[in-house]
Amino acid sequence: MIAKKEAIMNNVRQELAMANAQELINKSGERCFTKCVTKPGDSLSSSEQTCLSRCFDRYLEAFNIVSRTYQSRLGRERLDKPPSTF
Amino acid sequence: MSDQLKLDESSQKELASFLEVQQAQARMNAQIHNFTTICWDKCVTGTPSTKFSRSEENCLSNCVERFLDTSIFLVNQVEQKRTDFGR
Repeated sequence: MIAKKEAIMNNVRQELAMANAQELINKSGERCFTKCVTKPGDSLSSSEQTCLSRCFDRYLEAFNIVSRTYQSRLGRERLDKPPSTF
Repeated sequence: MSDQLKLDESSQKELASFLEVQQAQARMNAQIHNFTTICWDKCVTGTPSTKFSRSEENCLSNCVERFLDTSIFLVNQVEQKRTDFGR
């Protein structure tokens, strides 16, 4: 019984992590393609690849900065407001 | 199969609250993805380098804060209009 419950939880956690990664790849793909592949040629040039790999690293960094800022803001908003009564 | 899936009551309750937390987490992730694209487009204008500049970093976190201020501002604005018209 416990094993079954744990299995369901792990499944959900995995699905969520997967969806999160998928979204990150989709969004960063769009952004970095626009930035780095300005004139699509026969193949990705080495400078395009360098740009893409830097761009992806920066996108991840941006995601982390946004995430940190958002969460600290949420924390502050919670502290500022009296707990709701309903 | 369906018989095998039956969980006892306490497990069901635990799962329900677990799912609620996970759903909240998923909503939050979606929001963070959304902010990231909005703020990336606003703040990261040059060719990506090996490190963010100070100003890009500041822009990103200001962007999130001001976006949230904006939605609070607009909610208040609508609220204001509502009371004005209600009179």
